[in-house]
Amino acid sequence: MNWLASVDPLFAHGVTWVVLLIVVIKVVAGFSMLMGSVILMIWFERKAISDMQSRIGPQRWGPFGLLQTLADGLKLILKEDLVPAEADRFVFKLAPYLVLLPALVTFAIIPIGGTLTIAGHPVMLQVVNPPMGILLMLAMSGISVYGVMLAGWSSGSKYPLLSSVRATAQMISYEAALGMTIVTIVLVTGSLSVHNIVTSQAGGVWHWNIIRLGLVPFIVFIIAITAELNRPPFDVVEAESELVGGFHTEYSSFRFAIFFLAEYMNTITMSAIIVTLFLGGPAGWVPSVPHLRWVFPILWFLVKTVGFAFCYIWFRASLPRFRYDQLMDLGWKRLIPLSLGWMLIVAGFLVAKGWGFFMGATVLLAWTLLTRAFEIGAVRESGAESVLPTVGERPLPGGVLRSMTDEEDD
Amino acid sequence: MTAVSYAIPSVLIFVTSALLIVVGAVGVISVKNPVHAALSLIMTLFGVAVAFIAQSADFLAAVQIIVYAGAIVVLFLFVIMFLGVDRRDHVTVEPLVGQRAFAAVGVLLTVGGLVTLMARSHWVTGAMSVSSQGTPIATGQGNVRELGTAVFTTYLFAFEATAALLIIAVVGAVLLARRERATQTEEAGQ
Repeated sequence: MNWLASVDPLFAHGVTWVVLLIVVIKVVAGFSMLMGSVILMIWFERKAISDMQSRIGPQRWGPFGLLQTLADGLKLILKEDLVPAEADRFVFKLAPYLVLLPALVTFAIIPIGGTLTIAGHPVMLQVVNPPMGILLMLAMSGISVYGVMLAGWSSGSKYPLLSSVRATAQMISYEAALGMTIVTIVLVTGSLSVHNIVTSQAGGVWHWNIIRLGLVPFIVFIIAITAELNRPPFDVVEAESELVGGFHTEYSSFRFAIFFLAEYMNTITMSAIIVTLFLGGPAGWVPSVPHLRWVFPILWFLVKTVGFAFCYIWFRASLPRFRYDQLMDLGWKRLIPLSLGWMLIVAGFLVAKGWGFFMGATVLLAWTLLTRAFEIGAVRESGAESVLPTVGERPLPGGVLRSMTDEEDD
Repeated sequence: MTAVSYAIPSVLIFVTSALLIVVGAVGVISVKNPVHAALSLIMTLFGVAVAFIAQSADFLAAVQIIVYAGAIVVLFLFVIMFLGVDRRDHVTVEPLVGQRAFAAVGVLLTVGGLVTLMARSHWVTGAMSVSSQGTPIATGQGNVRELGTAVFTTYLFAFEATAALLIIAVVGAVLLARRERATQTEEAGQ
């Protein structure tokens, strides 16, 4: 049982009934917190977006329309549950749960506060602190592809299928950049455990990863994770103008509600992940109030997470959707090389200053080479070389003809 | 902890992971629909990940899920979906003459070989391969450290060779996929 204690100090004195009870309470509390925050998040998004668009938004149910989500949920559950005739019934019914499960599991690794002492046991305010730590989040974001993919495929309809093909390509592409930035954080922390990632950022704003790592990983991460979430401006997966409703076009009733729930759960969880990885999680100023010191880290965590959740809403209200090829270009040609290069530089500086500068120079060289390669590739795709060669003789030399016809391109 | 003593939880974990692996593996070869077969494969991979965790190899388990379940099977499914293999009728004719008989012989040889190996050699059960005296040598970050040290010192050559091999494979694949267009333009140019 020793290694259990090294994972979580709660198990230091063996597993007793009290400890088990604490674990169960933590799980239930984590689950209900996520559910409650999803209800608030949907309300918050609708209210914030309607404010930005000069509308009123939900206002009928409860004060400020707070109960709107519950009313919507109730309505959805009472609707008829349809399964298309062409659908693969088993997979069609399985897919919503494959979306929901990763969303739930990822939230479990997020520390929402410091350590409490309950009945003589130190209790971390984190549902679980697995030794594989942040890799669990990567694994779960890898798994969450399946829900979207299989939902689209099993519907037996062309728009959902197109959507799921897009979703798969998009999520796989951005996972690489995501993983690379996480590696940078793990390098600085020297540990995979989420708890250690948070504690290593304690001691002021200057120790937060967003500043310690030099802002670039943060920007890459926030772009990549927005793409992983399929949220605007990366929501080509459910682009309404092109694909009807995307992968959940054929879903109705409770199964549709699950997709909706999972999407918002993911938004909250990923906001919390950003806070945990880059903004020190629950770190922040704690006033010396007797008995209530443990409340402040939780408040800090909530404030930061709500801030990022608001950012997502803001993105949705203000940014136009990416075109599919632009999205792929951004992922493969910009984010992956950038995150890889930055990881090398950070690794170099961790070894010694000299190595850091050497790595910086190497990355700069690689960057120029890559830019040149992209230029050549772009020319091949749409430049002079892509023009079909002539059959027979032209009345005018090729160069002259081109300068006459392609003027506005240059 | 003595050499052979089983705690009920670890037996439960083993049975669960073994069931996941075996049921998934049987599913892969017995299910008709390729997408269902891929799903069974995911189940097997999860079973293997659970088995890794039971052996305190957390890092391997995570990588197993990220790489195999999160990327490779996704690619399988991607190809299946793209080519639309799933909607076609299944061919009952054997592509190779007598392949069933050959398969049966192959299975017999493999299983027989494994059983002989088991009977002949010293078969260790219950011992945690990455642990000593019941406690893992390293959990969490230590686990990664051990692995990293091994890969970048003892097995450096094998590691780099594998990396080079993978790069060559990728470059080759890109070249093969792109060659058609290049030769077309060349021919047209001449």
